[in-house]
Amino acid sequence: MYPHSHHQEDQPILDVRHLNVRYNGYTALENITFHLHAGERVAVVGPNGAGKSTLLKVVAGVLQPSSGDVTIFGSRPGRHVCIAYIPQRSQVDWGFPVSVADVVMMGRSAKLGPLNWPRKRDWEFVQHALETVQISDLASRQISQLSGGQQQRMFIARALAQEAELMLMDEPLTGLDTPSQEGLLDLLDTLREQNVTVMVATHDLEQAASHFDRIMLLNHRMVAFGEPHIALQTGNLLKAYGGRLRTTEDGNIVAVDDCCDEGEYDHVH
Amino acid sequence: MTTFIDLLLQPLQYEFMQRGMIAAILVGIVCAVVGTYIVLRGMAFFGDALAHTILPGIALGYLISGGARDVLFWWALGTAILAALGIGVISKNSQIKEDTAIGIIFAGMFALGIAMISTVRSYAVDLSHFLFGDVLSVSPQNLWLILIFGGIILLTVFAFYKEFMTLSFDPVLAATLRLPVTLLNNLLLVLIAVTVAVSLQTVGVALMVAMLVTPSATAYLLTHRLSSMMVLAAFFASLSGVIGLYLSYYLSIASGAAIVLTATGFFMLAFGWKKTKGA
Repeated sequence: MYPHSHHQEDQPILDVRHLNVRYNGYTALENITFHLHAGERVAVVGPNGAGKSTLLKVVAGVLQPSSGDVTIFGSRPGRHVCIAYIPQRSQVDWGFPVSVADVVMMGRSAKLGPLNWPRKRDWEFVQHALETVQISDLASRQISQLSGGQQQRMFIARALAQEAELMLMDEPLTGLDTPSQEGLLDLLDTLREQNVTVMVATHDLEQAASHFDRIMLLNHRMVAFGEPHIALQTGNLLKAYGGRLRTTEDGNIVAVDDCCDEGEYDHVH
Repeated sequence: MTTFIDLLLQPLQYEFMQRGMIAAILVGIVCAVVGTYIVLRGMAFFGDALAHTILPGIALGYLISGGARDVLFWWALGTAILAALGIGVISKNSQIKEDTAIGIIFAGMFALGIAMISTVRSYAVDLSHFLFGDVLSVSPQNLWLILIFGGIILLTVFAFYKEFMTLSFDPVLAATLRLPVTLLNNLLLVLIAVTVAVSLQTVGVALMVAMLVTPSATAYLLTHRLSSMMVLAAFFASLSGVIGLYLSYYLSIASGAAIVLTATGFFMLAFGWKKTKGA
């Protein structure tokens, strides 16, 4: 078996204290302190380069903080296998010669341990995970043949096969059409029933406000963290987005992103 | 009357041709399987550099042993492992970009190897054997070494199949699953190093990269599963070895070059087929 930590159930699923991340003299995250409850859904919102991905990677234990503490059920993330990190779709090599079921089975690598091959029980796990995300008909497809929404579903299935309790998703909604986005958000509701805690980095303030329990407004520092109507108050938004915030004629506030790709606008009402 | 069968059998009456055939097939299989990871992880330049970097090690063994060929495998093996882990360390801790660092070291070591070999009078002939291989001079002892070390490589790839697949597809996943990422990366570097040592006599350092990437790239075009990519790559590589050796025999061309050209031909065919299919 590969090593992994046991959980102290009386500890919060995620506890972050005075977290600082600096590289090459640049401060990515400064003095971040918060904790999450099991089963909660949290959106991490902020302008590009605000440190959202960095925060998720530190929580996942794949990036070391410069100072401060991150604990998962009472111990450092470095040996927990209950954390799933779902990458941005643009970071994935979709030409890799694997099927959907292969990718989902990768999530079982840790539980399988070295030198063991998947057993019947592991394939059942994979099958069940694919059913949960409603793509069991695509199990033998090569991954390049999936749509954007199906790609995200596959990664969620992989996280389920991993038996993850904390799912970290980096911009899962970016580049998806509206029906796929809605489908994915519905799926997050299903995960809540399984007591999976979800932390999602997103651009979309409106979806963050309507689908998540709490919102973290991030711009290197934590500007606000709370229920949507509190976290997304105008003063907080101005602090997080600075000059990139505009008021439209009908009184709505629009965060104009300096994002390069699709000239996206983030709306909030 | 000479039939096709006679044409196939005639070269095999020589024992050195039989050994050459077996060596070409074994080396082809090992290179193709390890090469699958080299292709998928974009390590072709690393593989090429590594093959060139072992030249001073071979040269040293060659000078110390007074020209004996059989001990060179061990010198190649030692240098290759050292160089593979060394390149890994240097490229990680360097202030200049990884490929530049590899380029500087690889050319420098290669030059050192040539300089060392050039101190010997018969250097042109020997150097060309190291550079381009000489599969027809494989001794029975060499063949055993290829078989044993090739077997170890294949067993290791098989044993860590799911770990290498996970690490190659998604290193962040491998890290969150707490797989021993550094250890596995170094193990893969060592596997490539041993492969280079095993293949030295068949294709030589200059053409090595072709055996590492061409059959695997051919298979990549034709399949969508990692396991079938390995099997198909091994098939193309060993077939290239056999056809290449016949071409070498009947057309009197260098064996290493003939093998590589055949593998390249297969790649062109697969590439063309894929294009006409419109995929």
